[in-house]
Amino acid sequence: MTEFVAPEIDWLALAPLIVVLGAGVVGVLVEAFVPAKARRVTQIVLTLAALAGGFGFIAVLWPQIVAQPVQVVGGSVTLTPFALGAQGIIAVLAFLGVLVVADRTSTGQDSFAPTASAVPGTSYEDLARRSGLEQTEIYPLLLFAAGGMMLFASTDDLIVMFIALEVLSLPLYVLCATARRRRLLSQEAAAKYFLLGAFASALFIFGVALIYGFAGTVRLIGTPDKPGVIGVIQSGTAPLAGMSVLLVAGVLLVTVGLLFKVGAVPFHAWTPDVYTGAPTPITGFMAACTKVAAVAALVEVLYRISIGVQAVDPEIMRQLQIVIVVVAVLTMAVGTVIGSVQTDVKRLLAYSSIAHAGFLLVGVAGFNPQVQSSTLFYLLAYGIATIGAFGVVTLVRERRITPGSGEDNGPVGDDGVVLGEATEIAQWAGLGRKAPWLTGAFALFLLSMAGIPLTAGFIAKFGAFSGAVSGGLWWLAVLGVLASVVAVAFYLRLLVVMVFQRAQDEPETSQVEPVETGGSTTGGGSTSEGATATLTKTQVTTAQRVVVTVVRSRGPAAVAIAVCAIATVILGVFPSPVLDLVEQASKFVP
Amino acid sequence: MNDVIGLAPWLVGFPLIGAAILLLGGKATDRWGHWLGVLASAASAVVGFILMSRMIGQVPEERAIDHHLWTWLSAGGLDVDLGLRLDPLSMTFVMLVTFVGTLIHVYSVAYMDHDPHRRRFFGYLNLFVAAMLTLVLADSYLLLFVGWEGVGLASYLLIGFWDTGRPSARENAVAAKKAFVMNRIGDMGLIAAMALMFSAVGSVSFADVLPAAAGDGAEGISPAIATAIGLCLLLAACGKSAQFPLQAWLGDAMAGPTPVSALIHAATMVTAGVYLMVRSGPILEAAPTAQLVVVIVGAVTLLFGAVVGTAKDDIKKALAASTMSQIGYMMLAAGLGPAGYAFAIFHLLTHGFFKAGLFLGAGSVMHAMGDQTDMRRFGGLSRFLPITWITMGLGWLAILGIPPFSGFWSKDGIIEAAFMPVEGQPWRAWVFGSVAVLGAAITAFYMTRLFFMTFGGRRPRWTENQHPHEGSPLMWWPLVFLGVGSAALGAVLGIGGTFTTWLEPVVGHAEHHEPVLPVPVIITTTLVVVVLGALIAFRMYAVQLVPEEAPRGSVLTRAARRDLYQDAANETLVMKPAFGVARLVQVGDRDVVDRGWSVLPQAVSWFGAVFRRAQSGYVRSYAAGMAGGVLVIAVVAWLVVGLGGAQ
Repeated sequence: MTEFVAPEIDWLALAPLIVVLGAGVVGVLVEAFVPAKARRVTQIVLTLAALAGGFGFIAVLWPQIVAQPVQVVGGSVTLTPFALGAQGIIAVLAFLGVLVVADRTSTGQDSFAPTASAVPGTSYEDLARRSGLEQTEIYPLLLFAAGGMMLFASTDDLIVMFIALEVLSLPLYVLCATARRRRLLSQEAAAKYFLLGAFASALFIFGVALIYGFAGTVRLIGTPDKPGVIGVIQSGTAPLAGMSVLLVAGVLLVTVGLLFKVGAVPFHAWTPDVYTGAPTPITGFMAACTKVAAVAALVEVLYRISIGVQAVDPEIMRQLQIVIVVVAVLTMAVGTVIGSVQTDVKRLLAYSSIAHAGFLLVGVAGFNPQVQSSTLFYLLAYGIATIGAFGVVTLVRERRITPGSGEDNGPVGDDGVVLGEATEIAQWAGLGRKAPWLTGAFALFLLSMAGIPLTAGFIAKFGAFSGAVSGGLWWLAVLGVLASVVAVAFYLRLLVVMVFQRAQDEPETSQVEPVETGGSTTGGGSTSEGATATLTKTQVTTAQRVVVTVVRSRGPAAVAIAVCAIATVILGVFPSPVLDLVEQASKFVP
Repeated sequence: MNDVIGLAPWLVGFPLIGAAILLLGGKATDRWGHWLGVLASAASAVVGFILMSRMIGQVPEERAIDHHLWTWLSAGGLDVDLGLRLDPLSMTFVMLVTFVGTLIHVYSVAYMDHDPHRRRFFGYLNLFVAAMLTLVLADSYLLLFVGWEGVGLASYLLIGFWDTGRPSARENAVAAKKAFVMNRIGDMGLIAAMALMFSAVGSVSFADVLPAAAGDGAEGISPAIATAIGLCLLLAACGKSAQFPLQAWLGDAMAGPTPVSALIHAATMVTAGVYLMVRSGPILEAAPTAQLVVVIVGAVTLLFGAVVGTAKDDIKKALAASTMSQIGYMMLAAGLGPAGYAFAIFHLLTHGFFKAGLFLGAGSVMHAMGDQTDMRRFGGLSRFLPITWITMGLGWLAILGIPPFSGFWSKDGIIEAAFMPVEGQPWRAWVFGSVAVLGAAITAFYMTRLFFMTFGGRRPRWTENQHPHEGSPLMWWPLVFLGVGSAALGAVLGIGGTFTTWLEPVVGHAEHHEPVLPVPVIITTTLVVVVLGALIAFRMYAVQLVPEEAPRGSVLTRAARRDLYQDAANETLVMKPAFGVARLVQVGDRDVVDRGWSVLPQAVSWFGAVFRRAQSGYVRSYAAGMAGGVLVIAVVAWLVVGLGGAQ
């Protein structure tokens, strides 16, 4: 038996994680002890402060980590510049995401069910709604998720990574189920996410087991006195050194677990359904932050392994590379091709997110550590465009008008006048006239996602494809460009609808034809294919009409959208400062 | 000078900000927008004046300053710094553009008074001033090109300004398009010239290219390359300055509001080609062939414009032809080497004043006569428009080159320079000298014709209900300023060679040669033919009665009326073949390329529709998909290793 030695802990290096996760714990206490009225404000302030504080610590740590990466808590947390950069991006994106979450808009209600545990359509639900309950637990949940993501991106220990994976996933499963409207769809999405996530976690941990079996350790780099997988491979001291198939299988399974979170084909199937079903602000948070964490973790695992096997067994390198290449090609193809036939904005953005996973993997597939800084830039550019875009989606709503009830003077409240988001693309027609600024911002996000020059997306894509070319995979870069072209088509289609098509309800006040919509605020129909398995559509039976309206933000979402839009332009026009920053971050091994 | 150099960017900045406010501000700025435009231009003039006065205080060697602003772009081997070059040449232009520009801004306040889009008009004018100043202040060909395109854009927007709501709207739009397209041909020349410079020198900044052309640098430019660059630059200059063979757009450009014709299509923008030639002097000097072509182009255009001018009845078109011809003089001078540069710019300056004055005068006449432009319907206006009459009279004497009016000092310099002998080619001095003198005679004829058809004659040939009167003071004060300039500027700057000395640090010192004829003989001959030309015109158009309908005229007259068939020639030689090719390409594009490409979206949609069925919504099938995916990936990885191992 070895004597227990208290590890020396570099508290400053852990500070970002501690602040965010600690604030999450405090948030739980807030739920218990702060009176209901003040709870929401307290939670929002606490959450934003925690994320800002976390980012502050990251900024403080940055020069130190760039100079000398550290391993903390006996090697459980490995802070490389790349990991810290990912943490910083997660903190920024989470901050923006929380702003969107916190906005109650001019309708006075946020996107979350009064009591998420109530069975949809029951009187209990009605009661909760009337008494004005609010589900403020979402804020601590967001913090736990964000903290998990930050840890996920900055560990070398596969078991810690697994724990982080669960810490980030479990709150997200719950958050997905909390939508105020279309609650069945929301709960279905959460269930799907949970089941498939559990499946992916199982594959991941199985992979970890195989790696442990091969190398006798679950750390990749390890510490100087206890070498990790890399060291074991290089020194040839692995317990099962001859059976490199174990290593390959283990790494592949771990990779699959990560690719699931990245949303890469063929592990993407959950993405459209979950993105559609989850409350839209959560979708934005999830789409942006999870992708950052997952891609960062994927890059770290793959590149560390590649450092280990490169010299000893280049075949394993080739296997890994070919897997990533195949997945990248499939992901780009599926994301763009299926994305181009979508009729729902949220689903379209979901497929767009899949396509972006593919573009990111193109950059990763080059296996050139030098250019992975461009992956961070890509994640940042994609993340701000995504949060901004979903932020816009939260503000475009359906509004039910009952003839003879004094249409526009009717109270804009919980009584069903303003309904859920209008996510059918056809409903977005003419949005450019109703809300020019909002449409402008959305157009900017779409252009950035399409990779049009002078937006952040262009610089990002350029970097990613350069990464592939520098790794000798120029044909993959060509495929990526072709896929981008197809993707441009569907982004532009949406733009054309918003700006050049006449709204269905024009001229001005009255709308011409009724639009199908959910019959109540709780259940709800959707024409998206993912929902048809369990849901049936209810038709509007009365002469009520539904028009599309843009609700006003109460501030936070508007700030988030504006910041995202400005950042998209700045990163596109003057990317050098940020590029210089991420340039320092292409280091994976302490 | 370094303490005020920081002001230099504001030369461009003020009008640019003005343009931005006026064009983006929308209707909110309608009420005061035109005064903002005047203010922006005037502010720029004040800055120019401060810089100018400081520059005069410097010793000549220190008058040229390159003011670096920031690194504009760095791509591959090309680094372009954004910077301004302040030297006597650019400052001359700055003073011309801002001073005349401000006068024309003021004039326009009254002239465009009833136009519903006056604010937009001033926005475009400010945009033009900003672009023109960028053009002349640039310290590299690339930045010059930005200004070059900017003035082209402003010109296009202003020629087509009245493209709605008027009977002539369609023609205005066509005229704008014509100017735009012909200018693009010239712009290709500038782009090609920059490409050649980059390949030869690796830079497009004046500071690198010009010394290299002069053979100062380590890597010089070979004569062949210099000739190519020179000819490309000449093409650019021909487009912008309406020189043969790209002259056809200028006459139609008169469709724009008259202040625009005065500022852009007489005083400033159209002379940008001359600026380009003089600025690129070292390149031309390294390429004698290109120089000769420049001179020939100048001579041809000089006569071309003059001949066309004799037959035009439209007052603005006659002035446009005159502009073309006068720029021909400048071009000719610019092709003569250092001996000619200073006089090219000097004539450009005096011409800027008297031609702007003549145009504004024409605008004043049109204003008085209800937008009538046909000189056959004018006559006897001197009594009704005394100020216009006198100021235009000063301009008339100036353009004729009668001493001591402005034109004499500059034009005479050009004629003398044209008579300078060229080594080994004795014919040149005689040919070009004679052309210059002949041009002066024709100029005298058509300008006298214009002047007396408008103001002379006892019997007015007006249409009904005409009550001509002077416009508001806002219109005639600028006329007065320009009239004074037309009268005195030449003498002030010309006597004692002040202006030539001023430009010497830029264009270099010209070694003095004796012309092939003694100078007094040249001056006398010129004056004699000028007076002769004027007298003939006086006899035909002041003494004899002018018919209200144009007589059929001789073959030459009919040809000149139709601009010597320039449009017919362009249509037959360029437009029709180009249309043929375009039609071919269109058919090819539509039936082959488009049809081919439309397969792609169809295929994408089809695949999308098929694959979206996989998105069934059932967790079980998703999970099966994941498991299948793991297997497929494992198999692929295994196959790769297997096959790779077999190799």
